[in-house]
Amino acid sequence: MAKVLMKGCEALAEAAIRAGCRHFFGYPITPQTEVPEYLARRMPEVGGVFLQAESEVAAANMLYGAAGAGVRVFTSSSSPGVSLMAEGLSYIAGAELPVVIINIVRGGPGLGGILPAQSDYFLSTKGGGHGDFHAVVFAPSTVQEAADLMILAFDLADKYRGPVIVMGDGIIGQMMEPVEFSDGPPPEPPPKPWATTGAKGRKPNVINSLYLDPVQLEAVSLRLKAKYEDMARTELRYELFSMDQPYDVLLIAYGTIARVCKTSIGMLSEQGVNVGLFRPITLYPFPYEQVKQAAAAAKCVLVAEMSMGQMLEDVKLAGLGDTPVHFLGHAGGIVHSPGEIAAKINELRQSCGMGR
Amino acid sequence: MPTTIFSAPNALTPANTHYCPGCTHGVIHRMVAEAIDDLGLRERAVGVVPVGCSVLAYNYFNMDTHEASHGRAPAVATGIKRSRPELIVFTYQGDGDLASIGTAEIVHAANRGEKFTVIFVNNAIYGMTGGQMAPTTMPGQVTSTSPRGRDVEWAGWPMRVVELLSQLRTPSYLVRVAVHAPKYIVEARHAIKRAFQYQVENRCFSLVEVLSTCPTNWGMTPVEACRWLDTTMLPYYKLGTYKTPDPEQG
Repeated sequence: MAKVLMKGCEALAEAAIRAGCRHFFGYPITPQTEVPEYLARRMPEVGGVFLQAESEVAAANMLYGAAGAGVRVFTSSSSPGVSLMAEGLSYIAGAELPVVIINIVRGGPGLGGILPAQSDYFLSTKGGGHGDFHAVVFAPSTVQEAADLMILAFDLADKYRGPVIVMGDGIIGQMMEPVEFSDGPPPEPPPKPWATTGAKGRKPNVINSLYLDPVQLEAVSLRLKAKYEDMARTELRYELFSMDQPYDVLLIAYGTIARVCKTSIGMLSEQGVNVGLFRPITLYPFPYEQVKQAAAAAKCVLVAEMSMGQMLEDVKLAGLGDTPVHFLGHAGGIVHSPGEIAAKINELRQSCGMGR
Repeated sequence: MPTTIFSAPNALTPANTHYCPGCTHGVIHRMVAEAIDDLGLRERAVGVVPVGCSVLAYNYFNMDTHEASHGRAPAVATGIKRSRPELIVFTYQGDGDLASIGTAEIVHAANRGEKFTVIFVNNAIYGMTGGQMAPTTMPGQVTSTSPRGRDVEWAGWPMRVVELLSQLRTPSYLVRVAVHAPKYIVEARHAIKRAFQYQVENRCFSLVEVLSTCPTNWGMTPVEACRWLDTTMLPYYKLGTYKTPDPEQG
């Protein structure tokens, strides 16, 4: 199929259809409302279900029901709405059901604002609901990558029987870029013999996350932990940029800010300064070991995020030894400029005695 | 030659229930199971069970079941029914679940005309958590969170769910029944079967409110509880069909 110019939100919605998903339940919220709007038109064309729920609480529980019935299903929301989905997400993880959730992040806390942010890193990777659970979290940096990861998200949700989150800042949802979808048929989901499809010729299936026996609940928790560890080994994704030449400073950034960093690196390159960029594509699992290796070759690390320092904590958890970790953050919809990041790097080089 | 004149419904498992002596959940479970058996629906039925006294109902219904989060059974049922319309989906919810934490979900499921069946068990109290005030608790009724009796100036009047939902324009089948005496049981059984029949015909949303006793948390013997339901709840929660999709009756 030829390239088409699409808004990020619409590309994500179309990607879900290309992944064979025919069920969407969601609620309008800026800056992702183009997802439900696109699907309200598109789902009937492909014989799918589009339903506008009465709230994000209900939408997440509709996902819970639909995923339990064994169909591919997804929703889309933005930060305050994703907070409301935390309950459903926890039940979905507890009952081990495959769902995909898009979060087009806006500034918070509270009602915050409607402009792009990356301040839901904790929500997506460390929390997102009560209890011991994790979800794979993808952080695309282009519309094409968003579409590709969206299709992969459905496969991983089925593979690990759990929620997968595609997290883009508001810019990923709102900007238009060329995107290309493959013409092939959608991947065939694995059989789901556990689903509530009617107990005909088999024992009844129960979708449940209740274990009143502590020994049983601990056994379930240990089994889930083993699953997440397997996920962490297998599903790591990241990009290394400008790291084939020696670098004094390593930038670590994801999503839109990683693209800004690439422009900064181009500017510095013209000044004869080489800077490396490590871009995590999966935020959970986080590439701790790879970050550590990349940082070992640098004199210092700069983490740039549209938050007050959330991924920063994972970078520090990677255990970078004596390598200092610096931070450049923005919030509320303020986006780093390439010049600002380049200036910060020059400042760090001087203060660390790296010279020009 | 021996002839079977009475047996347990196929749609119930042989498990003993955990319900308190004198509670009517067991009777209502049986009625749901009998309706499903009568209509031959067990192999395509999915029960959505709540948080509350009937949280373990998945151990008793001999069919596919889905354990919902508190109050969200109508949203979970919406997800199932919209994904697989060929299934026969019902929710089984108490008054804390449906009339308190789950009001948004039940109102919007009814308003969208979701083609599933709701069994709403109203015993005017929170049972599983040990007898707290519910939206359906009667004026003056003593509970652990209304120790001086429900004060309607403070807590409002008991919520009449069937009357509330009957104001919606979307067609539905809305009925209130009781099971505390044999004369009501025949009507209740008929209403539950009819609610499933409407779903089989893909006609409308249906909700059967069943008035129920809670001797344990009401602090009464089962016989006293039946009498209290009769004298206190029945005059306020009037039995009858409040709405039907049939034009001649609606």
